[in-house]
Amino acid sequence: MRFAVIRFPGSNGDHDALMGVELGLRQPVEPVWYQETDLSRFDAILIPGGFSYGDYLRAGAIARFAPVMESVARFASEGGPVLGICNGFQVLTEAGLLPGALLRNDSLQFNCSWVHVRVESDETPWTAGIEPGTVLRLPIAHGEGRYFADPETLARIEANGQVIFRYVDAEGRTGPGTNPNGSLNDIAGVANERGNVVGLMPHPERAFDQMIGGDDGLRILSAVLEAGLSAATRRRS
Amino acid sequence: MVTQDQQSTAGGSWCAEIFVSLKPVVNDPQGLAVRDGLHMLGYDEVSTVRAGKYLQLWLDAPDQRSAEERVRQMCEKLLANPVIEQYHFRLSQDSDHQIGN
Repeated sequence: MRFAVIRFPGSNGDHDALMGVELGLRQPVEPVWYQETDLSRFDAILIPGGFSYGDYLRAGAIARFAPVMESVARFASEGGPVLGICNGFQVLTEAGLLPGALLRNDSLQFNCSWVHVRVESDETPWTAGIEPGTVLRLPIAHGEGRYFADPETLARIEANGQVIFRYVDAEGRTGPGTNPNGSLNDIAGVANERGNVVGLMPHPERAFDQMIGGDDGLRILSAVLEAGLSAATRRRS
Repeated sequence: MVTQDQQSTAGGSWCAEIFVSLKPVVNDPQGLAVRDGLHMLGYDEVSTVRAGKYLQLWLDAPDQRSAEERVRQMCEKLLANPVIEQYHFRLSQDSDHQIGN
């Protein structure tokens, strides 16, 4: 299975994503510069973290217009699995490929720490085979991760099962002290209606080996291997 | 938002001043922090602060109406995110506004 890691000017999680796939998953992976438009050789796309275009105007606002994003949108519309991590999540919301938006953390501080998230749905290629309720320990590093959607959208994505990850404590409970940024409903990650596009603030690619602090992120990257291959097969048939 | 004395149909260069802020339903921790700072300085009369962005841009357009329409599109597509932000702008003839004003 061949992975693409989209690289914008200002991306800084691209190497982590490349390493996560290469060393963690042991799958072929290539960086894809933002001016490229041909993604036909890939089976899954990662949009990494960082500060694309310096986060000017709004995080992800300018990256959304990069030439590669049209191809990402096409890949997504064909059912291909796309994962937006941190700034990649922000880019996907700005592009309208995911609902909602990400705002400045309620603490106003950049938050760099390890958190727990609960997997809420296994109906995406990025969580396939992970039993809902499973708690994963993942690192975060963001200043603008407070998920927001208007009340109608929020109700709709909750009802549709599009909330994929929620901040919890180590036992899987939501509550005071578990939400690092003030996101609505403790949301850490969401999916599009179809489920093939997922965005999350935590960094699964920075948790692919116990040696670097944890390997729970590998479960998210591995999930796509089987699910993604069948999606890719469908897309090409 | 164009004031009466700026009404004109002349073509040419226009200056748009654009104000972007979070929608009222969106929590604005930055505004809250600024308000608390003002309170600490003794400005107890301040009840609310909302932080936002101010942008100036200069454009050419055949008339005021088309300049307004273009700026509105720019706001909807890029300058503001309609999920979380609201905006308004005012237009004036370029000669009134030099860069840096």
